[in-house]
This record gives sequence, structure tokens and C-alpha cells, in this order.
Amino acid sequence: MIKTKKKHYVYIFTIILILVFFISFGIGRYPVNVVQLLKVLLSKFFPIDKDWPDTINTIVFQVRLPRIIGAMLVGTSLSLSGAVYQGMFKNPLVSPDILGVSSGAAFGAALAIYLSFNTVGIQITSFIFGLIAVGLVYLISTKIKEDPIISLVITGVLVGSIFTALTSLIKYLADTDDKLPTITFWLMGSLASISPRDIKAIVLPILLGIIPLFILRWRLNVLSLEEGEAKTLGLNTARLRIIVIMCSTLMTAASVSVSGMIGWIGLVIPHLSRMIVGPDYRILLPTTLLLGSTYLLLIDNIARGLTTVEIPLGILTSLVGAPFFIILLLTNKRS
Amino acid sequence: MLYVKDLSCGYKDKPIVEKVSFNGKPGDIICLLGPNGSGKSTLIKTLVGLLEPMEGSVYIGDENIKTWTWNRRAKTISYIPQTFSSTFQYTGLDIVLMGRTSYLGFGSSPTEEDERIALEAMEMLKILNLKDKIYSKMSGGERQLVKIAQAIAQQSKIIIMDEPTNNLDFGNQITTLNYLNKCADRGMMVIMATHFPEQALSFGTKALLVKNGGVEVVEEPEKNLKDVDLKKLYDVDVEIVELRRKDKIVKMCLPVY
Repeated sequence: MIKTKKKHYVYIFTIILILVFFISFGIGRYPVNVVQLLKVLLSKFFPIDKDWPDTINTIVFQVRLPRIIGAMLVGTSLSLSGAVYQGMFKNPLVSPDILGVSSGAAFGAALAIYLSFNTVGIQITSFIFGLIAVGLVYLISTKIKEDPIISLVITGVLVGSIFTALTSLIKYLADTDDKLPTITFWLMGSLASISPRDIKAIVLPILLGIIPLFILRWRLNVLSLEEGEAKTLGLNTARLRIIVIMCSTLMTAASVSVSGMIGWIGLVIPHLSRMIVGPDYRILLPTTLLLGSTYLLLIDNIARGLTTVEIPLGILTSLVGAPFFIILLLTNKRS
Repeated sequence: MLYVKDLSCGYKDKPIVEKVSFNGKPGDIICLLGPNGSGKSTLIKTLVGLLEPMEGSVYIGDENIKTWTWNRRAKTISYIPQTFSSTFQYTGLDIVLMGRTSYLGFGSSPTEEDERIALEAMEMLKILNLKDKIYSKMSGGERQLVKIAQAIAQQSKIIIMDEPTNNLDFGNQITTLNYLNKCADRGMMVIMATHFPEQALSFGTKALLVKNGGVEVVEEPEKNLKDVDLKKLYDVDVEIVELRRKDKIVKMCLPVY
């Protein structure tokens, strides 16, 4: 088969991800060494005599594991969303937020904080408003008698800016001592307070997004051609677009609801993956998934390991992502 | 096999060509001639289904194709638009393989069999060297040939092209026409819009003259397409001359200056 040459990248990136996964447990204020870590992890599956303090159990399972899994899930979701949207919109500079999902989710979170909801309430409201924003965009765009892609982009920008304005309005109204800082920090994006319960809540919507995209990966190639060409090749473009939008929205809304706004990754990772393995979604999707989760895991490690006061993840992804993207553009010999 | 009956097409409520009727059978090469903006592309887009007919219908066999899904259409009709490219850097083979889309199940990828069909199509056009070349970086002629290979891999009975020789150099124009001729010999029906009446004179089994919102059908253009038709069509003075080349008579179209 044609792509066997490129398959080895998937194996290499899988090994790198596994390595980064284990290294990430050692990062943080409380030292956990490799032997202890392996024993603690394996003790979940095998009867191993416990010769480590309870604190290590708590740190590994309650603090670091959820955070590591969280970074991987969020990194995967945002990168895959970016990759499939770039194909669908036939534009490599599109990011997961093009249909307003993050703007909607941000507004949802700000509203929930303003109304003094608890953590679960904030996450649910954020998730729901992410879905509402994209639902609105889709409904309005189908009423516009223009090219469907252009209609989606325009409506996405409009609805996104309405939600951004509403978020500003809530910030303006919010109590400056208590709620405004909470909203502001939430919007900066972080995985610092992620709990095992959060992971359980987002796994299902994220998997519901990933699986259909992997099943349809060949068709995503055809969808990236010009609309008329895709149709006359036999593709029901309207149906596939709805599926892609639903998958991408589920993944992004679920991610944003626990992590806040984390930018750039949905733009940088698909771009990097495409430079390495080419545009064919059969190999691009697994590559994007692996690189996306590795990348956010690394950045999150920097966020919690570099300084004693944690830097919000959203700030770091922009600080690292934007220059990284510039380097990619400058060194890309293929285009 | 193809029956077009009283077809009117256009955008929104504005008809551009009206009451078009013609038939086509396997092996036909049907040339659409007409000045710029006469509605050749509109007619082609309606035939492939990208525009809905305002009136009239297109039958294949005895079925009105109006209700056909894209998947079903793709198995019967392949379409090569006037311009095409890709934002992303697919290889030539990737693009030809996409011609197999209508044969794949909803969640499946091309099999080795599909790949074999794609490679065969490229081999037939002698473009196996474009297999790994990046499609978006090919010359116009190379891209055109890759699209024809895609149409062959699509295994449709009808191939519809909008100005297949536009933007091609002299050599590639001839190569493309020869391949289209080969497709027709293998029993495909070719429908193409063109700006070169000579193509209708030397290859066409039928010419459709598109002007002023109507279409005039000329059967066997080699015999029946006359100077006066072209004069009327393009509003210029032209003369069709015959050249004797070995034992063949070749018809050329000369402008009168």
C-alpha cells in the first residue's frame, strides 16, 4: 500500500507520547521517582506490596494523572478540530474557533461565574453555550443563499463576536474584587484545577467526536476539494459537513469547558503534522492526535514546572505557539 | 443513453439557455460551441447536477436523474470543471484515487483494488510519473491529465468537461484530445465545451451551437458544420478550408482578415 512509508511516523510519535507521558509524572513540587511511579501505577492492576507513602498515591492519581490525561484530551481535541476544519474550509489558517464554539463556551463560563454557579455548573453552562453558538451559526448559515462555506465563515464571525461582546458585558457588570478576576483567570486557560471527575465528564463527548472523524477520514480528503468537484465525485458534502461540525464542536466545547481558552494549538499542530506526513487524512488524523496530545502535555509541564507560580496555559500556548508557527512558515520548503 | 429534453437552465429566476434537447450515445463526442457568456458552462453545470434544471429534464436510460444521489450520479457522470486545484499538497495518485469515492462504503478507505484501478488509469494516459508529484504544483496540462485519469478511475460512462484544452500548450491540447478520443473509442460519451470549432470538425460526432439563449444541434459536424454557422455563432468572418493530407481530408477553420 502507498502509505506504508509514512506509517513509521505514527509509531515514532506513539513512542514519544508514551515517554512524555511517564516523564510528566515526575514534574511538580513533590518529587516522585520512576520506580515509585511504576509501582504506584502497576499497583492498580497487580497486587504489589505498598512501600510508599500515601501522599504519593494521592499525588499520582488525584493530581498528576488527571492533569496529564486532561492535557492529552484537550490537546487532541483542539488539534483534531483544527485539522478537520482546515480541510473543510479549504484553508490551512482556520482554527477550531471559526464557528464560534470557544466564544460561546467562554460566554457560558463567564455567565455561570457571574451567577455564582459551582464548578460543575460552570462547566456544563460553558459546554452548552459552546454547542448553542455553533448550532446558531449552522442554522443561520443554511438560510443564506450563498456558497455554504462562505456562509458558515461569515455567520461564525458574526455569532462569535456577539458572544465575545456579551462576555465583555458580563465582565463589565461583574464584581471587581471577586468575580471579575475569576472570569479573567478562567478565560486565560489552565489545567491546574482539573480533577478526576472532570476527566470522566469530558471523555465521552471527546470520544464521540474523535471516533466518527477517524471512520470518515478518507472522505475528509474529498471534502477538502472544491465543492462542485467533491459532489461530482459522489460525496454528499452537506451531510459530511454536519457530521464534521458536530464532532469538532463536541470535542472543542468539552475541552474549553474544563480548560478555558487555549489558543494556537488547533492551528499549529495540524500544520506541523501536514508538513511531516502530508495532507492525506488517513495518516494526518493519527499524526495530529499524537502530536497534539504530546505538545499540550509538554507545554503544560512547562506551565507547572518552570516557575513556582503557575503560568496560565493559554498564555504559554500563545507565547510558544505563535513563534513556533512563524518558524514553521519560514522553514517550510514544500510550499 | 443520454436524453436531454426541453432543458432550461440558469441562476435563480433568470434563464440563460432554454429548451435544449439532444441525445447522446456511447462513443459520442459532443462539442459545445458558443461565444463567451453564451451559457455553455451553465448548461454543463446543469447536466452534472450542480445547478437544478429550471424546466425540462435529463434522462439516462429511462430514468430522470433529478432525484439521483451524488453517489449514484458519480458512477455515471464524471465532471472536469474549468479550473481546479487543491489547497493541500495531495499527490497525483491521491487525486486519481479520489475518483473511487462513489464505490467506497460510508466509512471505508480505498482498497488495494481501488489503487490498482487508479494506477491503471494513470498508466493508460502514460502519466505514472505524476504519481508522487504534488498536484497543486503541477502544470495546467499535468493537472488536466490527472483529472482525466481521475474520471477514468471513476468508471463513469459519461465524462463532461468544461473547456478541457483551455490554458494548455499546443502539445498538451493535442495530447488531451487524443486521450479523450481514446475514451470515446472505449465506449465513453464525452461532452465538452470548447472555443475551437476545429475540434468539433475533426473529433465531434455532434456539435451544440449555444447562442442567444438557445441551442442548435448539428449532427456529424464534420459534414454538416458550415462556415455560415460559425459566422452566425461568433459574428466574425471565417472560412472552413479542406486540406488533403495523404488520403485523409482535414478541415481547418480560418479567420478572414
